[in-house]
Amino acid sequence: MAEYKKYSNRLGITGWLAGGRWGIERYLYSLHRITGLGILLYFILHIFVTSSRVFSMDAWEKWMGFFGSPIFKFGEFLVFVAFAFHAVNGIRLFLIELGFAVGKAEEPIYPYKSSLNTQRPLMVVLMIVAIVLIAAGGYEFLGLTH
Amino acid sequence: MRETKYWTWHMFAGVIILILLGIHMITMHLSTLLGWFNPAGGDAIGWDNLLARATLFIYAVVYIVLLGAALYHGLYGFRTILFELGLKKGAQKFINILFIAAGICLFAFGTWAATKFYIIAQGA
Repeated sequence: MAEYKKYSNRLGITGWLAGGRWGIERYLYSLHRITGLGILLYFILHIFVTSSRVFSMDAWEKWMGFFGSPIFKFGEFLVFVAFAFHAVNGIRLFLIELGFAVGKAEEPIYPYKSSLNTQRPLMVVLMIVAIVLIAAGGYEFLGLTH
Repeated sequence: MRETKYWTWHMFAGVIILILLGIHMITMHLSTLLGWFNPAGGDAIGWDNLLARATLFIYAVVYIVLLGAALYHGLYGFRTILFELGLKKGAQKFINILFIAAGICLFAFGTWAATKFYIIAQGA
């Protein structure tokens, strides 16, 4: 098995927020991780809370009443925002991983062209989709439909 | 090579989550706009809607598949973040064991709850 050299992660978590003069994609990377961790935490709590339905209708309604207060509703909306962003940005990462929307490989002739410029329209379109989803979710969460 | 395989599973688990959690989110949070899978009307988390959804076998299956995919995707993603911080081999091994054990326990608990409620809904 081939050995590979490991490099230290010099910036650590601080690199997520202030890594240098990177493009917006770098900050989407940070946001993807932050939202992912938030969703994971919520998901684990969600497994336990929703399992109360097994015990009785009263247990279920007690928990739903507890989480029905405005502060938890707002927290739930933040989870929805995190999910909408994480899902749409995940689609972008998936497409790029499979080689879509990255442009054709070229010889590196000065002035060099960054592949990020080719990818950027996809990012812009998908972020607009995320904003539309968040707005639709907000419409429901803020009770505008009632 | 093994890590590449785990990464590929992580990506495809993301696609499964996108579809199934998308349905779940639409059911729960766009219910007033769309009214899907909420035959009793009103709030999507109302007991009557909960029971109505639980009578469908496909719903129990969807919950269990979603549970497995989300646990794998989330815990593998968290593991990747931790490993990127340059942990030593011993710490990596500990995290692997901890996350596998946590994933199995959460999956077993969630599967039990989904199955039990499906059985309860059949008798209701």
